[in-house]
Amino acid sequence: MQSGGFPWLTFLILIPIAGSAALFFVKETSVRMAALGITLADLLLSLPLWWLFDASSSQMQFAEDAVWISSPPVHYHLGLDGISLPLVLMTTALMPLCVSISWRSIESRIRSFMAMLLIMEGAMIGVFAALDFVLFYVFWEAMLIPMYLLIGVWGGPNRLYAAIKFFLYTLAGSVLLLVAIIALYFQGGHTFDIVQLSQQTYSGRLQFWLFLAFFAAFAVKVPMFPFHTWLPDAHVEAPTAGSVILASVLLKMGTYGFLRFSLPMLPDASQGFTPVIVTLSIIAIIYGAYMALAQADLKKLIAYSSVSHMGFVTLGLFMFNQQGIEGAVMQMVNHGITTGGLFLCVGVIYERTHSRQIADNVGLTKPMPRYATLLVIFALSSLGLPGTNSFVGEFMVLVGTFLWSKLAAAIASLGIILAAAYILWMVQRVAFGVPLAKFLPKLKDLDQREMMTLIPLVVLVFWIGLFPNPILTRMHASVSNVVSRATTAPRESPTSTGRVTPPTAPVHGTQPVQVMEEAARP
Amino acid sequence: MTISAHDLFAILPELLVIFAACAVLALDPVTSASKKDGLAWLSLATMAICMGLTAARMSDPTTAFGGLVVIDAYSCFWKLLLYFVTGLTILLSFSYLKEERLYFGEYYGFVLLALAGMMVMVSGADMLTIYLGTELMSLSLYVMAGLKRTEPRSLEASAKYFVLGAFSSGILLYGISLLYGAAGSTQLPAIAAAIAGRSLNDPLLLFATILIAVGFSFKLAVVPFHMWTPDVYQGAPTSVTAFMAVASKAASFGAFVRVFVEGLGGVKANWAAIFLLLCIGTLVLGNIVALVQTNIKRMLAYSSIAHAGYALIGVVAAGRLNASDSASAIASVMLYIALYAFMTFGAFSIVAMLRKGGLEGEEIEDYSGLAKRHPVAALLMMVFMVSLAGIPPTAGFIGKFYVFMAAVQAGMSWLAILALVFAAISAYYYLRLVMVMYMREPGEVTATSPRFVPSPALSIVLACAVDGVLFFGLYPNPIVSLATQAALTLK
Repeated sequence: MQSGGFPWLTFLILIPIAGSAALFFVKETSVRMAALGITLADLLLSLPLWWLFDASSSQMQFAEDAVWISSPPVHYHLGLDGISLPLVLMTTALMPLCVSISWRSIESRIRSFMAMLLIMEGAMIGVFAALDFVLFYVFWEAMLIPMYLLIGVWGGPNRLYAAIKFFLYTLAGSVLLLVAIIALYFQGGHTFDIVQLSQQTYSGRLQFWLFLAFFAAFAVKVPMFPFHTWLPDAHVEAPTAGSVILASVLLKMGTYGFLRFSLPMLPDASQGFTPVIVTLSIIAIIYGAYMALAQADLKKLIAYSSVSHMGFVTLGLFMFNQQGIEGAVMQMVNHGITTGGLFLCVGVIYERTHSRQIADNVGLTKPMPRYATLLVIFALSSLGLPGTNSFVGEFMVLVGTFLWSKLAAAIASLGIILAAAYILWMVQRVAFGVPLAKFLPKLKDLDQREMMTLIPLVVLVFWIGLFPNPILTRMHASVSNVVSRATTAPRESPTSTGRVTPPTAPVHGTQPVQVMEEAARP
Repeated sequence: MTISAHDLFAILPELLVIFAACAVLALDPVTSASKKDGLAWLSLATMAICMGLTAARMSDPTTAFGGLVVIDAYSCFWKLLLYFVTGLTILLSFSYLKEERLYFGEYYGFVLLALAGMMVMVSGADMLTIYLGTELMSLSLYVMAGLKRTEPRSLEASAKYFVLGAFSSGILLYGISLLYGAAGSTQLPAIAAAIAGRSLNDPLLLFATILIAVGFSFKLAVVPFHMWTPDVYQGAPTSVTAFMAVASKAASFGAFVRVFVEGLGGVKANWAAIFLLLCIGTLVLGNIVALVQTNIKRMLAYSSIAHAGYALIGVVAAGRLNASDSASAIASVMLYIALYAFMTFGAFSIVAMLRKGGLEGEEIEDYSGLAKRHPVAALLMMVFMVSLAGIPPTAGFIGKFYVFMAAVQAGMSWLAILALVFAAISAYYYLRLVMVMYMREPGEVTATSPRFVPSPALSIVLACAVDGVLFFGLYPNPIVSLATQAALTLK
């Protein structure tokens, strides 16, 4: 693990957090510009990581390590591998867009609003970069308050309810995580280091309980069915930038948690719980899609589509094969881009008509041709049209699932058909048809700022859709590392990354029973 | 027993504080109203000197009066915390007493006398010395609670506090006498030696332990001995409430842990079981009842009850771990109370200075829209609330992290989970205040609408409190190592 180089990650975290304080010394009128500058600076600083990253290694790169608390040993340990790198870059890329979309839509307390966005950015990068479990938890929890305020202060009419629901759900989920972290400390050789903890073997009984504790935290965040009920409320009431952060980054933390902690640290329990997770994932895919079909509110529709799409991610993760997990990571990034784009689109139209109802926002192609074009692109990406980014991820997840169970793959594919149904139906109503006369004067097409906000995401949609390889090669070594950790027992040293053979069916048939039995024993 | 110069030098800080208290009381009648601030300055200067003396003592432990008093790192830790909190109390009272039109010079005298009692409590290595300290502290606090003489609620608080406090002191004293009967001594090391290897079923010893536990539980406001807390916290002047909620709790924990670990360590399995029950009851009741409070002082009272429950987790863990591991559990209790001091004192300071007409704005509704009218006060209050809820990166999280570490180490993961679930529940009532401040619109500004009264002294108090909350939240190392080092001196 190289260390001692330029502290890229510390700067990536500190720039937005220090910037949020600096905003209070800036003139009220230039706060927006300052926030945009800070997020752009962070983006520019993060871009070199893409090229400096050594794709052939599964090791943590750009590592920084310093003692934070001496007893018990908690380290300020940061680093990126091929899984966290795309997520960090996605975060830094989305934040300038979040600032830009809030340019006019946020009028009150703009200074505090931008400060909250920047604190969120620092904490989110911290979550993806943290290699110490306590540090991870600190970043993970530190996001709750700014997000609570973003929803509660700048949200829609029902914001108080949505904010407290979001807060309590996520907090309740993560309290068990803290106990699990402490338990791992005592069982895993008195360390909080994520890399070291992932290299040890834990008893089946302990793994069972730890998995449940991790599951409580991560499943709420993803959110998996049936823990998803906070999501539609939070999405609908949050301001546009809040929705984008929620959908694009926060949800990924749940799946990232599964991938970073549950699979490598608790491989036996993860395998044992696979049938449960797969079932819940498939329910989420189908149920989310059905719920999306029934929504009259654009944001709710996208929120439920998120539940469905995140179902694909959890499905791919628990396939324990290269295709499934790589597809899941791809899907995490893709969902961030596509759903982020869709929420930005809803924000744009809400600014004009002050309604998110599909019935109010119909026939936008004539008055807003540029807007309609971009909306359709994001919509098609969301349903996984070949050539767009989501196709790559969903396809890989389905291939991975097919290797595990043909039936599961077949049912999951239904989700894609349903996605086509709700997306195309939404597009049909919003893009085509006759606009309502009362809104017609307000329907101005995208201005330059809004184009600048949406175009980068369109570029990403096609770039990843057509050339997914740059991302895939970067995550390849790290994913095979996870796969070999999660499938080989007794596990070898983590450097042996060659083994990516998908486990054969009998392993899955017997493993769960064993783990469960072991766990049930007193 | 003769008193040597060494003894007097060892208790120099105590002597100084008592001397300052007498000086304040003596000077008060001859000081004109405009110069009463000088009395506060005198008290503050005493705190500064004592802080220096005690800090120097930390690495130079000693005993005095034939072992009745020990000045070790453990007692120095608590004393430093007590000076700090007393200093903050004096600064807060500076502006608060003026707002409330309470011009009593003896106020500062009582603060110092209470402090002297607390110092004796945490330094005492003899049950009767500790009892004397407890009484000196309690008697001063009874008077301070009733200082708002024209306000019936304040008088009620004082009377209630006195009756229940005297009752609990009686129980404590009864326990001490039974313990003397069982162990033949009131000195902690002698008690420990006498009960080492004794049967846990010795009824005399068991009764003594239970009565002493009950006596301390009153002082710590642990369920079911918490009944006095909400009424007293609500009725007492807010600066006194802050002092009680933080300093008296800290001193009681200091004496309590020493008595049970050092003196009654031989029957720790017994008291660990007792405190486990009390701890669960405290966590559950404190947090649940806090949910429905509409008065912020009552809400903070129940919150302080709940926090005693979290600290008790560390005590229970210390009782369950073997001697070599229990130091980290004791350190977690010390750390918890020290960090709790910053956030609770900060929260009460803001409560003290939120005025409505000539009165305090005590209803949670009075905080509506505070973020618009006084953004800094609202921001600080939010930091304190977030910290009380135990959310990183604040000191509250660090405190909880260490007591949960102790619980898991002692094989009580389930207790940590239970406590964390209640921490999540507590977030609801702490965040409700944040919601009221940030997400409600302020009403029309009229003469009687709530307003926040800043003052230079208050700024210092709030700066100290918020710096403590954030600094120790981000970099807890200094205070952790101080607490760990101090805990190691308990045998």
